[in-house]
Amino acid sequence: MARRLNSGYYISEGFHNVFSHGFMSFAAVCMIVACLLIMGTFTLVAVNLEHMLGELERENEFLAYVDESYTREQAQTLAGQLEALPNVASAAFVTKEEAQTSFLQGREENALLVELPSTVFRDRFRIHVKDIESMSHTVEQVEGVEGIAKVSVALGIAQGFVLVRNIASGVALILIAILMIISLFIIANTIKLATFYRREEIAVMKMCGASNSFVRWPFVFEGLILGLTGAVVAFFLQWGVYQLVCGLIDQSAAMGLVVIIPYVDMAFRILATFAVSGLVIGAGGSVMAIRKFLQV
Amino acid sequence: MIRLIDIYKEYDNGTKALKGINVRIDDGEFVFMVGPSGSGKSTIIKLITAEVAPTEGRLMVNGYNLNNIRPNQVPYMRRTLGVIFQDFRLIEKKTVWENLSFVMRAVGSSNREIRRRIPYVLELVGLAQKADRYPSELSGGEQQRVAIARALVNNPSMIIADEPTGNLDPQRSLEIMTLLERINELGTTVLVVTHEKGLVNRFAKRVVAIEDGRIISDETGGYYNGQTT
Ligand SMILES: Nc1ncnc2c1ncn2[C@@H]1O[C@H](COP(=O)(O)OP(=O)(O)O)[C@@H](O)[C@H]1O
Ligand SMILES: [Mg+2]
Repeated sequence: MARRLNSGYYISEGFHNVFSHGFMSFAAVCMIVACLLIMGTFTLVAVNLEHMLGELERENEFLAYVDESYTREQAQTLAGQLEALPNVASAAFVTKEEAQTSFLQGREENALLVELPSTVFRDRFRIHVKDIESMSHTVEQVEGVEGIAKVSVALGIAQGFVLVRNIASGVALILIAILMIISLFIIANTIKLATFYRREEIAVMKMCGASNSFVRWPFVFEGLILGLTGAVVAFFLQWGVYQLVCGLIDQSAAMGLVVIIPYVDMAFRILATFAVSGLVIGAGGSVMAIRKFLQV
Repeated sequence: MIRLIDIYKEYDNGTKALKGINVRIDDGEFVFMVGPSGSGKSTIIKLITAEVAPTEGRLMVNGYNLNNIRPNQVPYMRRTLGVIFQDFRLIEKKTVWENLSFVMRAVGSSNREIRRRIPYVLELVGLAQKADRYPSELSGGEQQRVAIARALVNNPSMIIADEPTGNLDPQRSLEIMTLLERINELGTTVLVVTHEKGLVNRFAKRVVAIEDGRIISDETGGYYNGQTT
């Protein structure tokens, strides 16, 4: 007997079921939206924190003072040596005059300081590190470079950043994992409720010789449709929530430290992630939910 | 062809529904199965459709050995049967046409085959004009005829009906039985479970009588005395 692909039937049946079981479809979509929103919010907070700490990290630097016996030309040749160190992102040479100028900015009215001779300052390198976690090791390496007299570093702050970042992403990861598991269960149960009163229909199909896959496919498509709908709704709601929270943070003018990634910069990735999660949750939930009814 | 050899069935709760059933139904036969309520008739039907498995005994249905059938073969075995129930079991959200077409799709029929076959079976059961109705828009007798059409649509070698007239008035019941007789004359084996002796006695057919899980009589052209009903 010819076996045919019934994809047209499965898809139209899936759509038909979504509308003919309107309330349960609505409930399932709401559940999917809620789960995606919760997971999305936590992820966005974590991503922003990571980004913010990254920014802070980039600004993090330390100063390496050049030995006073070195001429300026000699000193400048050190830049290459410093930048050759594995964890050094950049080593910018700053002359003592430049250092004095920037030090005096905002302090012009202080006559005592203004009259300081520039010899009080020393030529130095402003060194940015790539990875803040191995900063103390880098500092040792820089100290070891011939011609560097002294290193000035605020290591405490750097390590504080690392700690906060690690705790934040760890907590976010655990929360997301827990939420994922909870939401899968809730959705499977919602769909199970939605399919419960269709178990007779399933029994009739099975009695007429329908295979399990023939019965399952329309439910899978139904789940895919619900999942995708939920993902799109969640994407726009998430956008709204994000803008709202950004507005609040802006208003409180929370320290120049807070750097928020604009939603549109992440929009495609968020939509793709939501769509994939929604499709997986929807189809997976459907299959989980009807498994029991298929045993006729 | 159906063969039940020394079939025993004990349900999980300990009820002994069948106590040594031996029966053979050949292709082309028309058989009534009669007996009081609770005697085990529906259990025999469920064994044949592989809804339940026998506790003991051998069971053959249209060339399938149900004692060791693989689960993925069960749908194919069921396609050789057309099953009719007392409560019709139509899908309320589908029209008459859709109730039939989805059964054909389930076995992989093409749209062309569907368009050709459904008008034929609807004509056969006398519902050619009602293809676009929903079950709720039909009378009980009409709904049961849709169920018969659904049982027939995949051209099974055997129709099995469990109390098909239990919900119908005598006139409608007679019409349904006459329709089943007609289907049998067209070449399909028919097994009808009922306890309406008046109806059975209007047809001179083979009658298998069950009581308390045992066959107490099996006579062709038989007559249903129904002493215990
Ligand atoms: N699923 C079941 N579980 C336990 N006992 C059952 C089940 N189905 C039927 N029975 C019992 O098996 C016996 C035969 O039932 P059944 O085959 O339905 O009889 P009939 O169709 O002749 O009225 C009855 O005593 C009934 O209570
Ligand atoms: Mg019964």
